[in-house]
Amino acid sequence: MLLLENIFLALAGLKANKMRSFLTMLGIIIGIASVIAIMTVGNSMTSSISSEMSSMGATNVTIGVSQKSSKTERSESGMMFNFGPRSTKLGDDDYLTDEMLEDIAAKWPEDIESIEKTEEIGKGEAKDGDLTANVTVEGYNDTALENEDLTILKGRVFTDRDYSESKKVCIVSDYFCNNMFNGDTDKALGQKITVVIDKKFYHYTVVGVYEYDESSNWTQESADEVATTLYLPLGAAFYQEHKDPQYQNVTLVTSTTTDVETFMDEVEDYMNGRYYRNNDDFEISCSSMSSMLESMTSMLSTISVAISIIAGISLLVGGIGVMNIMLVSIQERTREIGTRKALGATNGSIRTQFIVEAIVLCLVGGIIGILLGIVIGGVAAHQMGYDAAPSTSGIIFSVAFSMAIGIFFGYYPANKAAKMNPIDALRYE
Amino acid sequence: MVNRDEKDVIIDAQDIYKRFYIGQPNELEILHGIDLKVYRGEFVAIVGASGSGKSTLMNIIGVLDKPTEGKYHLDGVDIMAAKDNELSHIRNKKIGFVFQTYNLISRTSALKNVELPMLYAGASRKQRNERAKELMAMVGMEERMHHTPDELSGGQKQRVAIARSMVNDPAILLCDEPTGALDTKTGRTVMDIFHKLNEEQGKTIVFITHSPELADECQRVLTLSDGVFVGEREGRGHAAT
Repeated sequence: MLLLENIFLALAGLKANKMRSFLTMLGIIIGIASVIAIMTVGNSMTSSISSEMSSMGATNVTIGVSQKSSKTERSESGMMFNFGPRSTKLGDDDYLTDEMLEDIAAKWPEDIESIEKTEEIGKGEAKDGDLTANVTVEGYNDTALENEDLTILKGRVFTDRDYSESKKVCIVSDYFCNNMFNGDTDKALGQKITVVIDKKFYHYTVVGVYEYDESSNWTQESADEVATTLYLPLGAAFYQEHKDPQYQNVTLVTSTTTDVETFMDEVEDYMNGRYYRNNDDFEISCSSMSSMLESMTSMLSTISVAISIIAGISLLVGGIGVMNIMLVSIQERTREIGTRKALGATNGSIRTQFIVEAIVLCLVGGIIGILLGIVIGGVAAHQMGYDAAPSTSGIIFSVAFSMAIGIFFGYYPANKAAKMNPIDALRYE
Repeated sequence: MVNRDEKDVIIDAQDIYKRFYIGQPNELEILHGIDLKVYRGEFVAIVGASGSGKSTLMNIIGVLDKPTEGKYHLDGVDIMAAKDNELSHIRNKKIGFVFQTYNLISRTSALKNVELPMLYAGASRKQRNERAKELMAMVGMEERMHHTPDELSGGQKQRVAIARSMVNDPAILLCDEPTGALDTKTGRTVMDIFHKLNEEQGKTIVFITHSPELADECQRVLTLSDGVFVGEREGRGHAAT
């Protein structure tokens, strides 16, 4: 009962001294708003990135040839950072081969469901008289193509015979058709096309047209520079390059029951022990979407913590401001305190009154700060292209934290008020 | 009309001494052995020049302060033995203060001011509201009870303060120069309210003033000088004015 009255009284006090209350709350508002804004942006980024990454396959493990640890920094959580240009080129003996992959597939039959293999011939230009289209010519095996999740508009994907006989057939994008066949996808099917890569000519027959997904264009090239992927059967790519199948990295699609972290370590140990022991420059390393996601999340949370500390300092300063204004307010209201004591207020009820007042001040500031922070964070996240996702834990934390500031910085002034001698307080001018 | 029976003693103060700065070179004794008995239903005036110890005595009677030496029982409660929180409780339940400067809380309505002592007594919202409205009507302030003290005149403020002092039905009203800041006419209205409370409700009133005329309206007048009572006489009473 008394508590509720105290809250009303405190709110009335805030209204009576609007400017002063606002300035006092400003420190809290800024502190809370920045925490919430940062947490909202961080949360939006994490949730967008993680949904994006999990759509790319959380159970996929990329196994690749990389330079030895002395030259490649491998972060704890599995993300690889290569500093500077590669000093050494991979030699023919350094690549992963089909034999090695068959070996590990046989060794972990439970875990490895399939292996995605790709080979990029390169970027080039399809030509037909005046008509041109930029393409990236890549060979895919069946698993890799399946995981591309292409929407086939016309024609078909590759058949087993296309793969096994390494036929020179291709699947092109509708975007490609727009440039080469005036958007007539029907006309594209069965057409022989010529692609020029590094002054070499390659010929393919179009068997399918897929829908180009513009959102997958991460590099934001301008429209006429967009190079869409031209898919080939994997064998055709190696055949045209006149080399045996070899890979710098491939993706292992693992079973959902596989413990990805352990699996990655085992594969690395096995491969390095068996095939790369005598290789001075290169070794095998594994990474997965989930490990990349983890390192991404931990990086984001490190940034959040750092900025939250700064915001915490601003809250501390805000809290000192609250304490200061409470001391002034108590000084001003000495007579009121004296009167209340004469009317029967105990020290405890005076203390409660002023602590509640400090809490209300901080809480109102905190709530304004939360709203402001959600707006700022939402706008910032939107600008960066993410869906705004306010952090619930951040909001709860902020409410609790602003109350804690109120209690902490309100206690000393409130206690001072409670201990006032009623006679002196009543006589105070 | 006032029954001066020992069992009707409300204020029983014996041999009250009050010293300040005890043990320091500037030790000061304000009250030198005061004896005071006030009976239920009495309207007592205490007069004295400034510096006579009136305020100190009032603080002691109103249990805002404890005597350095002596015995004090208020409505049967031993004040000397009471702890801080008990003193708060006694002030809340047994004493109604009326100050010269009203001491209303400026940010809340007159009605809320009247409710305040009941709030500390733990009364419910409904009880508080009903009782406060009843008292506002009694002092003739029902029209303006939702105004804040800033919007009221001095006389109106003092009427609100009287309503507030009565709200917990205290054993005594302790009035410290309640008309001191008012003009004669409004001072008269306020005095009439006190007489009414004393005569109709039998409220015990201790009235501190330096005005001999106002003191004369009371039943008994005690004169304080240099920390001792120097005279006691019968007042002419309300009817005589």
